[in-house]
Amino acid sequence: MKYLSEFRDPSLARSLLEQIARTVTRPWTIMEICGGQTHAIMRHGLDQLLPPEITLVHGPGCPVCVTPLETIDRALAIAARPEVIFTSFGDMLRVPGSSDDLFRVKSRGGDVRMVYSPLEAVKLARENPAHQVVFLAVGFETTAPGNAMAIKQAAAEGLANFSEITSHVLVPPAMEAILSSPQNRVQGFLAAGHVCAVMGTGQYVPIAEKHRVPIVPAGFEPVDILQAILQTVRMLESGEAGVVNAYGRVVRDAGNPAARAVMDEVFTVCDRKWRGIGTIPGSGLRIRDELAAFDAEKTFPVGDITTSESPDCISGLILQGLRKPHECPAFGASCTPLHPLGATMVSSEGACAAYFKYARRGTS
Amino acid sequence: MNPNPDFDRMACPLPLLDHDTVQLAHGAGGRLSAQLIEKLILPRFTSRELDRLEDQAVLDLPPGRIAFSTDTFVVDPIFFPGGDIGDLAVNGTVNDVAMSGAEVTALSVGFVLEEGFPLADFHRILCSMEAAAKTAGVRIVTGDTKVVGRGGCDKIFINTSGIGVIPGGIALSAASLQPGDAILVSGTLADHGMAIMSRREGLSFTADISSDTAALNGLVGDLLAACPGVRALRDPTRGGLATTLNEFAAASRVGILLEEEAIPVRPEVLGACEILGIDPLSVANEGKLVAVAPGDQADAALAALQAHPLGRDARIIGRVRAEHPGLVGMRTALGSERIVDMPVGEQLPRIC
Repeated sequence: MKYLSEFRDPSLARSLLEQIARTVTRPWTIMEICGGQTHAIMRHGLDQLLPPEITLVHGPGCPVCVTPLETIDRALAIAARPEVIFTSFGDMLRVPGSSDDLFRVKSRGGDVRMVYSPLEAVKLARENPAHQVVFLAVGFETTAPGNAMAIKQAAAEGLANFSEITSHVLVPPAMEAILSSPQNRVQGFLAAGHVCAVMGTGQYVPIAEKHRVPIVPAGFEPVDILQAILQTVRMLESGEAGVVNAYGRVVRDAGNPAARAVMDEVFTVCDRKWRGIGTIPGSGLRIRDELAAFDAEKTFPVGDITTSESPDCISGLILQGLRKPHECPAFGASCTPLHPLGATMVSSEGACAAYFKYARRGTS
Repeated sequence: MNPNPDFDRMACPLPLLDHDTVQLAHGAGGRLSAQLIEKLILPRFTSRELDRLEDQAVLDLPPGRIAFSTDTFVVDPIFFPGGDIGDLAVNGTVNDVAMSGAEVTALSVGFVLEEGFPLADFHRILCSMEAAAKTAGVRIVTGDTKVVGRGGCDKIFINTSGIGVIPGGIALSAASLQPGDAILVSGTLADHGMAIMSRREGLSFTADISSDTAALNGLVGDLLAACPGVRALRDPTRGGLATTLNEFAAASRVGILLEEEAIPVRPEVLGACEILGIDPLSVANEGKLVAVAPGDQADAALAALQAHPLGRDARIIGRVRAEHPGLVGMRTALGSERIVDMPVGEQLPRIC
């Protein structure tokens, strides 16, 4: 088992595609929550291989895309301070703030470093006691345990020079918001497999029951995704609502209790603004008050942030599944990966970036 | 006794010097400069032109058009699995010249050394440059060394320039692709870039990936002898195969369609790329070439590549087509088709 070639096996994929084609009898709109799934779909061209009855729309599960502009502008202001070593996952470095990005701050002399894990940032804090090390902690429930662990570790070591800018978001409130919208067109979900690996599947049951939709935790390889689409289509065709796990090799119903315990220890639920969408109640995580010393938003007063978003960017509609990237007039014209108007064109998980990179539909 | 004696080191002993590290005076033109050049550098780069110690090399070249290229090497780390900044600097410029079809003749070498850089490391780099030049069959004919203060550069930067003479009848060009041509690569992709990344902080799990750095002038010679109709050659370094093919497609105003299943990538390299969310087609190579051959000569070109030790894993990976000019497409293993785009900038690992 190599965990890669098996789940890209063309004959297995073709067999699943045939089963989907045999099962489907009418049009269905299915949303894949996670940007990683969007990219896999475009990279492997799965949308071209599915029967025409099935429309995939792309969900809000791109952490970089939904991080509010205020948070990015605040991060840029903190990163520019001379005493700061600013650390971030690579994805965030190119995301445009109101007038800047982290790469430009770096080129002007800011100490901005890409890390692969928040624990690397803790190590930097340990090795650079004269500097303040700040980690930009974005992401869904997937990255929250690691980011919580970094604070826990720093607290245990008594590191006074480590802090995080936290902009964590939670999937279930976003799904609830999408399903409650009067314009909603989503009839079934592929849930984000790695989020479910942490949180389990239980929290999706009330959503599935309330809105009478199938919710199917899905993986990220072609065979995983096709398996989940087949499961969703079967449930849609038979009028069945509920949660059925199609990513059993990774997702347990109970999730990962140890990871959740660390999250709960460090973070607490809050209202959160989503870039392009607006504030969703109870959709975020913030650092608990007793750990405020590790909260960079509290320890670095950077003054009032006034943001300005491009008026031509429709990323909010795209993140809610109301539009597709190539339906945006700016797509591929005034908005490209080199000159992005919004985060969905920058992030490696953004739907616009996926369309531009792999399909570039709607452009000449 | 060491059961695995390092024969390379024994063949290339570090001479006795007055200092262990680079001093500003090593670049000041006085006695220390002379010591550095005479004891450390010249013994490694002996050639009839260099040994004259004039301000320039004077070369007797056969008639023909001259190919000329320059490249500067700033790789970090300077030592990595499969090579170091020294053999990379020799092979990189040899390859740039060789991709014109030229027989590579001579290289120049310019060093910028940071004050405090260990002379033992410099010597190790010089030894690997000597070995690389010997393997490639090129002479280092002129050079220069500068020292900058601590922080003025990062350890060592190397510039190499190279010239070669293009045999009559060969005119390779990225603008000459025709529909029906075959696209070939000489071996597995992304080895160099992922070897470098494996050595950067925190990525020790990819220790078995080595750089592919190698001089390709011999491989080019064999290929052109067997298949003189080859239209274009390029070594897909920074930006990888994706960048090279997009440049070809744009210059020739043609489309290119790749077959995903034909593209050779080592499993361990593919695994590292997957973990980091990096596309192997956009990762640098330092010992591979992309060749475009007319469709009816594709098999001859493939056979010539595979007969050479540096081309054993060569494959035909796609075709040139008239449709979608300027775009590189790829038929996936599942039978769908997608674009292979030029990467925007530095490849950034994904967030989760």
